[in-house]
Amino acid sequence: MWGSMFRWLDPYAKPETLYHLCGRLLPYLMALAVFTLVLGNIWGLAFSPSDYQQGDSYRIIYIHVPSAIWSMGAYSSMAIAAFIGLVWQIRVAQWAVLAIAPIGAIYTVIALFTGAAWGKPMWGTWWVWDARLTSELVLLFLYLGVIALAGAFSEAARGIKVASLLAIVGVVNLPIIHYSVEWWNTLHQGATITKFAKPSIDPSMLWPLLISILGFALLLAALTCLRLRSQILIFEQHRPWVRQWVDSMAASRQKEQN
Amino acid sequence: MVMWQTLMQRELQLLGRQKADWLNPLVFFLLVLSLFPLGIGPEPGMLKQIAPGLVWIAALLSVLLSAERLFKDDYRYGVIEQLVAGRQGLFSYVTAKICCHWLSTGVPLVLVSPLIAVLLGLDWQSWQVLVVTLLLGTPVLSLLSVLGAALTMAADKGGILQALIILPLYIPLLIFASGAMEAAATALPYAGQLAVLVAFLLFALALVPLAVRQALRMNVG
Repeated sequence: MWGSMFRWLDPYAKPETLYHLCGRLLPYLMALAVFTLVLGNIWGLAFSPSDYQQGDSYRIIYIHVPSAIWSMGAYSSMAIAAFIGLVWQIRVAQWAVLAIAPIGAIYTVIALFTGAAWGKPMWGTWWVWDARLTSELVLLFLYLGVIALAGAFSEAARGIKVASLLAIVGVVNLPIIHYSVEWWNTLHQGATITKFAKPSIDPSMLWPLLISILGFALLLAALTCLRLRSQILIFEQHRPWVRQWVDSMAASRQKEQN
Repeated sequence: MVMWQTLMQRELQLLGRQKADWLNPLVFFLLVLSLFPLGIGPEPGMLKQIAPGLVWIAALLSVLLSAERLFKDDYRYGVIEQLVAGRQGLFSYVTAKICCHWLSTGVPLVLVSPLIAVLLGLDWQSWQVLVVTLLLGTPVLSLLSVLGAALTMAADKGGILQALIILPLYIPLLIFASGAMEAAATALPYAGQLAVLVAFLLFALALVPLAVRQALRMNVG
């Protein structure tokens, strides 16, 4: 059953097909990402009402929460790609691991930085050893470990495989880290939006937040397409299809100039 | 099983011949511990308060150091390649390696723990808890260190990279082991933390050897 369900995905395991698919998706994803980010952030930063306790400084939530959510979302997609790449030996999935890792690391840095900037006026300090902050920091270390391990081998293909294994080990460890630091120490406020309960936030603040979350997701997808394309080109640079594609690009550019 | 015994015998023999491999981490452990009183002052009250964290951080570092060269020689001499190509015995090799690593780094830490208790002014009760957490925690340290060594075996830059990828995975262990010791020092119940340590140990025992085997295959394949 599973075999036939995912049969339609098979052609995209071919680097050439995936390269062109990413190229077609990229402009739409990027345009949508820019649109939703601008909409969500302007609405949230300029037009939504200020908080009765936190004043205007709560507005950083429109960057902090989306980047924190997708720093974890990026890790799970990276781990899924690693799993697919190792179990079914699909090379493009392994390259996707390498494509996603730096984006996730930057998202994590953004979440940590905005968290620190929010913590200063609210808690009076840039950093506390709180559960969520600590596990987010560990997440950053896991990303850096994957990136460093992938780059440590003279044979790039081997480095990616080993880094994929580390990404999978990390995903097993992530909930353990999360709960251990949660039981250890907690100051961070509870979740603002959960799936099951009524959100503890007014709709006028919730809508721009949801739009920003969507925007960060689209940006993640767009950047992944962009980076995956360059990964494919790097690893396939000696293949004939890349040569042909580069030649045809050069020819069309020359035609434009003439 | 015969395979495992043979490999275990070989590992133990190697340990007997290369005493520096297990003596140096032990000396390092004691050295790091004696640096702290020199660095932050020798007040017994303060030392007693920070002892749980100190002992565990020193243990992490010494186990990590000892794991760096774990597979290097076998990799260089082609032993691992033969085991991977032979399609047999790789798993026995991995488990023998983990057992020996624990015997050569974890057990000595337990054995010198009375000395630590004297150095840091721990009482009888705290020392007992220290021994229990070391007995439960050091096997997990060994498992994870072997995993780190296996992942970075064929990498060009070994040492510090291994620390970078494995230290984040140690964090839960550090939290619960030092948590148990802190709870014991303030006469609170600590069975919960110990139960979590047992859970970590069982979980790691079940999964890490498989990951190590896979990592070794990738490094030579």
